[in-house]
This record gives sequence, C-alpha cells and structure tokens, in this order.
Amino acid sequence: MSTLAPATSRTSAAGPTPKQRRRRANRPSPLLVAFVLVPFAVESIWVFWPALQGFYFSLTRWDGLEPPTFIGFGNYTELAGDAVFRGALVNTVIWLALFGGLSVLGGFGMALLLQRERRGVGFYRAALFTPVVFSLVVTALVWRVFYQPDGLADQLLRAVGLEQLIRPWLADPQTALYAVILPALWRQIGYVMVLYLAGLKAIDPALHEAARMDGANARQRLRHVTIPQLRGVNAVVLSVIVIDSLRSFDIVWALTHGGPYHSSELLSTYMYSAAFQSLRLGYGSAIAVVIFILALAVILGYLVRAFREDA
Amino acid sequence: MIRALRTGAFHTGMSLLALLWLGPILWVVAMSTRTFDDIAAHGVGSLPHSFTLDTYRQAWTDGGELRALINSLLVTVPAVALSLVLAALAAFALSRYRIPGRRVILLLMLAGNLLPPQILLIPVSKFSELTGLYDTLAALIAVQVGFGLGFYTFVLHGFMRDLPGELQEAATVDGAGPGQIFARVILPLTRPALAALGALSFTWIFNDLLWAITVLRTDDKMPVTPALLGLQGQFVSSWNVIAAGTVIAAVPTLLVFLRFQRHFVSGLALGAVK
Repeated sequence: MSTLAPATSRTSAAGPTPKQRRRRANRPSPLLVAFVLVPFAVESIWVFWPALQGFYFSLTRWDGLEPPTFIGFGNYTELAGDAVFRGALVNTVIWLALFGGLSVLGGFGMALLLQRERRGVGFYRAALFTPVVFSLVVTALVWRVFYQPDGLADQLLRAVGLEQLIRPWLADPQTALYAVILPALWRQIGYVMVLYLAGLKAIDPALHEAARMDGANARQRLRHVTIPQLRGVNAVVLSVIVIDSLRSFDIVWALTHGGPYHSSELLSTYMYSAAFQSLRLGYGSAIAVVIFILALAVILGYLVRAFREDA
Repeated sequence: MIRALRTGAFHTGMSLLALLWLGPILWVVAMSTRTFDDIAAHGVGSLPHSFTLDTYRQAWTDGGELRALINSLLVTVPAVALSLVLAALAAFALSRYRIPGRRVILLLMLAGNLLPPQILLIPVSKFSELTGLYDTLAALIAVQVGFGLGFYTFVLHGFMRDLPGELQEAATVDGAGPGQIFARVILPLTRPALAALGALSFTWIFNDLLWAITVLRTDDKMPVTPALLGLQGQFVSSWNVIAAGTVIAAVPTLLVFLRFQRHFVSGLALGAVK
C-alpha cells in the first residue's frame, strides 16, 4: 500500500483495455465465486435446507425414532382445535402489543430525553443500556430474585401500603405473563433507545433551526420535523421488535417454562415443548410454520425496504 | 430560575429511572455476598447482614460454572471469528465486483437470518444427529455461524459498498488479484465495522440459550447461559449461590461491552441505519 501514489499515476500507461475490463466484469474469477459460494453453502446447510425440511415435517407425524409418516394437513387441523395453541397465540399477540408497543414508546421517550449532550447524560444512557448486554437468562434470574415471595417486589409494595396486592407473581396464572413481560421490557428499552438515538443524531439540525425560526414550538417540531425524519428508523425498529417478539423464548423458558397452566405460554415455548418434550416433531413443526407465517409479513416489509435502498 | 428548576427535575427523574434499571442488578450483586443463614433468617427481601465470597466458590466449582465458561469461550471465539471471516469474504465479492445475481444472493442470505429459529430447530437437531455432530460444541459453532452469516454479510456489504473505488482500481492496475485487494485494501478499511460486529456477535453467541439446548444434551458441554438454568435447579433455594452464578455469567459480556463500548453502540446503530 505504500506504493499507492505512484501506482495511481501509472494508470493510463498500464491500464487494461476496455475489452479486457468488460470480460473481467462479466466473468468473475473462480476465487471470487468461492468467496460467495462458501458462505452461501454454509448458510444453505444450516438454514435454507433445514427451513425447507421444517415445512415438510409439519405435514408428517413423527416421534423422532421411526421415520416420519406423511399425514397432509392433519397437524394444522389439530392446531385449530387445540386450546393451548389458541392460548399461546393470544399470549403472543399480547406479548407483541405490550412488549413491542411499550419498548418502542419507552425507548423513543428515553432517546428524546437523552439526545442532548449535557452533564450526566452519558451515565443515564449507560444505565439504561446495561441490561442489553446481559443474556435473557441472566435477566430472568435477576428478576426471579426480585419476584421471590417476600423478595424486593413484595417489600416495596408493603412499604407503600399495598400489601393486599402481593401474590406469587410468577406462579399465579393471572399475573405470570405480565411478570415475564416486565423483565423483557427492562432489557429491550435500552436497545430501542440506542436505535432512536442514532436516528435522532442523523437529523439535520438545520431543519429544527428552520422550524424554530418559523415559530414552531417544541411539540410542533417533534410532530412535524422529528417524527417524519425518523421514518427509516421506525421501519427498522418495528421489524426488529416484531421479529424479537415472535422469537422470544429464553426469558419465558427461564422464568416459567410457559406455565402455570400454559398461562404464559407463547408460540415459541409451545413449539419447543411439543417438539422436544412431548416428542411430537411433526406437530411442533406445524407450530413453527405458524410462527414463520406471522414473521413473514414483517420480513418481506424489511427486505422490500432494504431492496429499495440498495437500488 | 425556571431553567435551574427544569434541570433539577430532569436529573431527579433520570436518577430515579437509572436506579430502577441498576437497582435489580445491584440487588443481585448484594444477594450474592450473603450467607445462607443470613437469607434464611432475614429473608430474600432484606438488606445484607453478612458478607461472604464462598457463594462464588460454590457456583464456580460445585455448580460447574468454570466448565461452562470454558465451553462458552470454546464456542464463542471460533464462532465469532469464522462468522466474520466468511461474512467479510462474501460481502467483499458481492459489494466490489459485478457477481451475477448479487442482489438476490445478498437478500436471500439476509432473509435466512430473519427467519424465526423455531422453524429450524427440529431439522437442525436431526441433521446434527445424522452427521454425528449432535451433542458436540462443533455443532453449536456451525449453527451459530450459519444462522448469523446473513446479517453480518448484509451489514458488511453496506459498509464495503460505500468505500471509495479509487484504491481498488489502483491496486487492480498494479496487478493485484481479488485476494490481495481483499486482504490489503478493503479489509483494513473495514476494521471499524468488523470491530462493531465482533463485539455484537460475541454477546449474541455468548448469550444464546435456544441453539445450545437444541444441539447439546450433556450437562458438561453446556455453555454458561443454559448452565445457569441448570444451576437454578441444582441450588433450588440457595438464592445467594444462584445470584453468584448470575453475576459470573454476566461479567464476560459486560467486560466486552465496557471495553468496546463505542463499537458496540455503533454496531447496533449500523444495523439500524442499514
């Protein structure tokens, strides 16, 4: 690289003729083909091929020992009549709305509050962001300590005189789902905040300046400058949130295993226990296909956007 | 005057929020240093009346956290390195040369990463049984690399595409092949993006639970995240030991975050703006 400058000056003398250049452009060298094909093959073996198999398995009855038997759409008709599945579907929608909605609102609010560089902002950002680096299992155990009977949660309620609310948070079917959403939110808000901070930073300050000159107050500037300018980030955050919600598994598994009585069951946990605990691999695959279909709309939206930006 | 009041309100509110975020963590750290007798006598919701580090010894040796941490590193380090190398190669070829169908390939690879992993769990676990990889760390490395590649390639592609073309042209004129251009020209310029993705993928792979419990079965082979669940079963009501195990499992990613803080955050933003 040290000879770069002289090399540039030689361009005209030793450059390839247009014909050579076109040929090289049309036929990539074997090395370049390998650069693409090797990673693509790795992903094919561990992602594309298994995904196709997953669809096929959803049409079979299979215990993992005998070869799978093809039963058509039998698993799907069974899903339609399965109360646990329906409960898990409803819980997944609740999860999407509460976990997704509140983490977007919370993350956006925090980003607005903490966007201006001032004393202490670095510390606040770091505090909100710290849980993001923990695994969801670590998060779960931190909160499990918090939820223990007579633990911090109960002590706090007692301190403010609300002891009649105290209950076994994770063991009560009424509260289990929400007691799992709370730690998930605690971890997600800092993540969404960082995404929005990056988006806010990218907004041209001149826009705000111009709006201020025109007499727009803070709320009007938020509504007519900031939010429209964040359209791109919003699309990403929305995709990330929906995909994360549908994938959510670790924290539920670590806190409740989907119980008690399936009250905190999500599609992802039900799929896992159907497949690997009840050893109903075909049925589990059918649940996975349902998750896939739910995620598909979002993924397509994401890709269409990526495609358009790339063009 | 009003300004000072508003600043005061801002800091009071934010300090409370920061406490809400850091409080549970500090509570667990405090819990990890209490003795069993203290917890039995004063309850889990009480402030510490004792101090011990024996909990860490119990989690470390009796609870098998040492073994689990070694497993985690044996999986995470090679998986991060392999992912980044493969993704950089693919991103380089796709962004700097006119490979036929490059856009379709790139989007297909990204789409693979966006798939819900649930659809892959059963086939992947069966495939690893078929190839004899089931219950080996190699299987976990392979599936982590395969599943992550699409995203890393996409992000690196976006980064490499925006690098100026003059250097590459000059090197081509000098007779450098794609391999040399990759190693000497593009890769050094991609270092910030690689650092960001490296820090991110380290925490993702280190923190993973689902893939580990899908392709591994033996307790001795579990990385630290699934091992933490096992610890919870082993020390059912010894909250101090569970807390110590939790702290041990959280420290490595926290260190990576603190060391690569800037890269880490820019990595998240990189994924967002792309």
